[in-house]
Amino acid sequence: MSLLEVSGLSVEFDTPEGVVRAVTDLNFKVDNGTTLAIVGESGSGKSQAVFSLMGLLAHNGRASGSVKMEGEEMLGRSYAEMNRIRANKISMIFQDPMTSLNPYMRISDQMAEVLVCHKGMSRTDAIRDSIEMLDAVKIPSAKERIRMYPHEFSGGMRQRVMIAMSLLCRPRLLIADEPTTALDVTIQAQIMRLLGEIQRELGTAIILITHDLGVVAGHSDEILVMYGGRVMEMASTGELYRSPAHPYTQGLLTAVPRLDHDDESLTTIPGTPPNMMELPKGCPFSERCQYCRERCLEAIPVLTPLAHHDRHLKACFATAGALR
Amino acid sequence: MRIDDLKVYFNVSPQGAMPWTKHHTLKAIDGVSFELEGGETLGIVGESGCGKSTLARAITRMVPVESGEVVFLGSDLLKLDKQALREHRKRIQMVFQDPLASLNPRMTVGEIIAEPLKTHFPTLSASEVKEAVREVMSKVGLLSNLINRYPHEFSGGQCQRIGIARALILKPKLIICDEPVSALDVSIQAQVINLLKQLQDEMELALIFIAHDLSVVKHISTRILVLYLGNMVELADSADLYAQPQHPYTQALISAVPIPDPEIEKTRELILIEGDLPSPTSPPSGCVFHTRCPHVSERCINERPKLRNVNRGHSVACHLVL
Amino acid sequence: MFPGEKKVEAMAEHLSTLDEVKGRSLWGDARRRFMLNRAAITSLGILVIIVLFSLLGAHFSDWSNEEIDWAILGMVAEKGQPSLESGHFFGADEMGRDLYARVVQGTQISLMVGVVGAMIAVIVGTLYGAISGYVGGRTDQVMMRIVDILMSIPYMFVLILLLVVFGRSIIMLFIGIGLISWLDMSRIVRGQTLALKNKEFVEAARSIGVPGSRIILRHIIPNLLGVVVVYATLLVPNMILTESFISFLGLGVQEPNTSWGALISEGAGTIQYGVEWQLLFPLAFFVVSLFCFYFIGDGLRDALDPKDR
Repeated sequence: MSLLEVSGLSVEFDTPEGVVRAVTDLNFKVDNGTTLAIVGESGSGKSQAVFSLMGLLAHNGRASGSVKMEGEEMLGRSYAEMNRIRANKISMIFQDPMTSLNPYMRISDQMAEVLVCHKGMSRTDAIRDSIEMLDAVKIPSAKERIRMYPHEFSGGMRQRVMIAMSLLCRPRLLIADEPTTALDVTIQAQIMRLLGEIQRELGTAIILITHDLGVVAGHSDEILVMYGGRVMEMASTGELYRSPAHPYTQGLLTAVPRLDHDDESLTTIPGTPPNMMELPKGCPFSERCQYCRERCLEAIPVLTPLAHHDRHLKACFATAGALR
Repeated sequence: MRIDDLKVYFNVSPQGAMPWTKHHTLKAIDGVSFELEGGETLGIVGESGCGKSTLARAITRMVPVESGEVVFLGSDLLKLDKQALREHRKRIQMVFQDPLASLNPRMTVGEIIAEPLKTHFPTLSASEVKEAVREVMSKVGLLSNLINRYPHEFSGGQCQRIGIARALILKPKLIICDEPVSALDVSIQAQVINLLKQLQDEMELALIFIAHDLSVVKHISTRILVLYLGNMVELADSADLYAQPQHPYTQALISAVPIPDPEIEKTRELILIEGDLPSPTSPPSGCVFHTRCPHVSERCINERPKLRNVNRGHSVACHLVL
Repeated sequence: MFPGEKKVEAMAEHLSTLDEVKGRSLWGDARRRFMLNRAAITSLGILVIIVLFSLLGAHFSDWSNEEIDWAILGMVAEKGQPSLESGHFFGADEMGRDLYARVVQGTQISLMVGVVGAMIAVIVGTLYGAISGYVGGRTDQVMMRIVDILMSIPYMFVLILLLVVFGRSIIMLFIGIGLISWLDMSRIVRGQTLALKNKEFVEAARSIGVPGSRIILRHIIPNLLGVVVVYATLLVPNMILTESFISFLGLGVQEPNTSWGALISEGAGTIQYGVEWQLLFPLAFFVVSLFCFYFIGDGLRDALDPKDR
């Protein structure tokens, strides 16, 4: 049994201008100790999908479908129940470590709070555990630093503190929402290596959300590519980069400048990311797709396995031959 | 353009300062020199606190400069008076990082793009101005019928095009781009980069391209300058820098950039540098990188390395090289 | 050949046939949001009615604001009650004057003081604060210290002094209120200017070479008008309250002119004689108007919320 099974997940928001469907019909599984990467640009719905997993949707948001964590259904639980699950079984780290930590509380208080609430530990025990965890994420002089405030740490260190905080209850699943986007590239490398070590040592499964195809290449086992709230392609990492089957994925891979290539010019995807209020009738990518046909404008392609790789799925009407 | 030993220092009061506490000197830029020819692109790379944004603003005299020369088309910009400086402002323009924030939310796109023209050529008629705006809008790929729209009605990529259009309308010789694509989606980044390259070819522009993303910088630049804590670390042609990085920091920087290819990523050797950037108010002695350098020696702690030519067009500031 | 080139060409052809599109400005968005706020729109409606009342109300009355009705003098408690037949719609005051006419006139004065005071505050305060904030450095320090000093002078004291020394007149009232009303506004505007100064579009304007005065007028002030407008609508009731207090003390407008404060003062004084209408009518106008201004101010604040920018 997989750790996390998501089927038919859809997320809608009520806005003054009407109902917006941020995510439509999302299906995926995450196994213990593996990393699933969700890749997409703005408006792809990747962040909203995982917010709904954690029960963190805004007031006007509704999630439907099924999210099973270790066999138990997560959607539709009460706030109190979700509170017990958050940080305990599923933990999350966010993009901007500056705003994710309370600037008025010492790190010791913020971290101890997690353990006291969820594990019923005494404060002294909680702080001792927290110091151990800070050591594990390689914060130097953890014992002295724990009494500091967030603004006294650098960006990279703050992200480590966030990671430490999220691991205090040894969750089975860690969701990282663009964890390194706001960081320098050398710090990014350190943090990604840290996440890899944590996965090896604690067996935590990770859902990594990002738009950076480079980061994903070296730190994920499976990849989900989203666009306009739907899954465009899903495959193991190696397979996706070797033979990307969806035009969007292909476009993304050629649009990214690579340090080891000497391109004359980048092949771009024309147009702009979709307006979620006015999605096209058919495939969400149809407006920008160079292989777009009549059929693509009328109907929405379903995620289906490729001819010779049943673990590699794509949502596209074009056949493999036409895309070469 | 030729920059010679540019230094930008700021006076910073330390935390909890009393009126009589001595100020710290923040050496944002500590001696940067380079040359730039017309039609060339110089990429400036570095991490936070390296001073690249300050450098951009120092060149356009938006921050006060401690010492050094900024010679542009024969005149030292730092010594010019207000009148003469205004003349030169026409020839150097800037494109900023946050596309939406760099546009006044209360002005229409047409007004935003027209502003440089109206500031420097107030005698132009309204129709002439409009004509110029439409022309430059189509050059950057914006439909000219959107001229009355407001910035918040556009996407990030389009806002950046507006910013570029505004920079182009005076037909400058040099455009300084301060992280122009960092805030954009990947597919849009590629569009804007291609646009800049195309405009450079068409209009013989020189570009100074500042970014923290080495892949993007390498793609668009002829030469690259690597900065660390306000100091020049390495300066070389793009291909050369990647093929033969000499400075340990450059090597680590290149190593840290992820390549979108799992085969390569899984087998690559990473040169990871530990620790964080030292505080710019109390920079390390000698070579500023010595606190994190894997090959640090006695000399590095005491003596500040000078920028030396290693190869044709390739200079490094490191004691270990040579 | 660029992939998708044909597609882009087709898109471009279609779109270039369109005429110039009208933009959707932020003010338009704010106006739309304001219209949806029922409390604010109702308040606006009521205020409009009150303003019309103050301008046209005198036509409906037979009495002026200083004419004494000799018929009821001395017997105001019995004969001076509000009635439609006697022509005294709001009743009469202790001196036999028609309260309706006096309330009309009082409304004129009070509203004028409120609005003019707020306008002085807005114009002087905004310019002062914006210049101080933008120029910065020593000039800013000096300008703000001047404001600090002026603020620390007890204004009531100065106002009363002015009124006693130079005599009570409407002009004096305006000068006095004008002198104090702009101080708070300048502080607020300076704060906003400091925040705006570092925004990228101001930087962009400076790098283009736009002169400072134009930056202040074109870039800074339009972007803080939201805050200014909200604060101004909340200033109007403040001005009215100040004026009312002064009139309550007996130092406000000269007889036979009157204002809400003066009427309330008179009405409060006679209430034990059973002539409650003398207090209730001016008080009602006073309270309702203030409420309206506050609701409108709230509505404006919600409509102009920077979160939505």
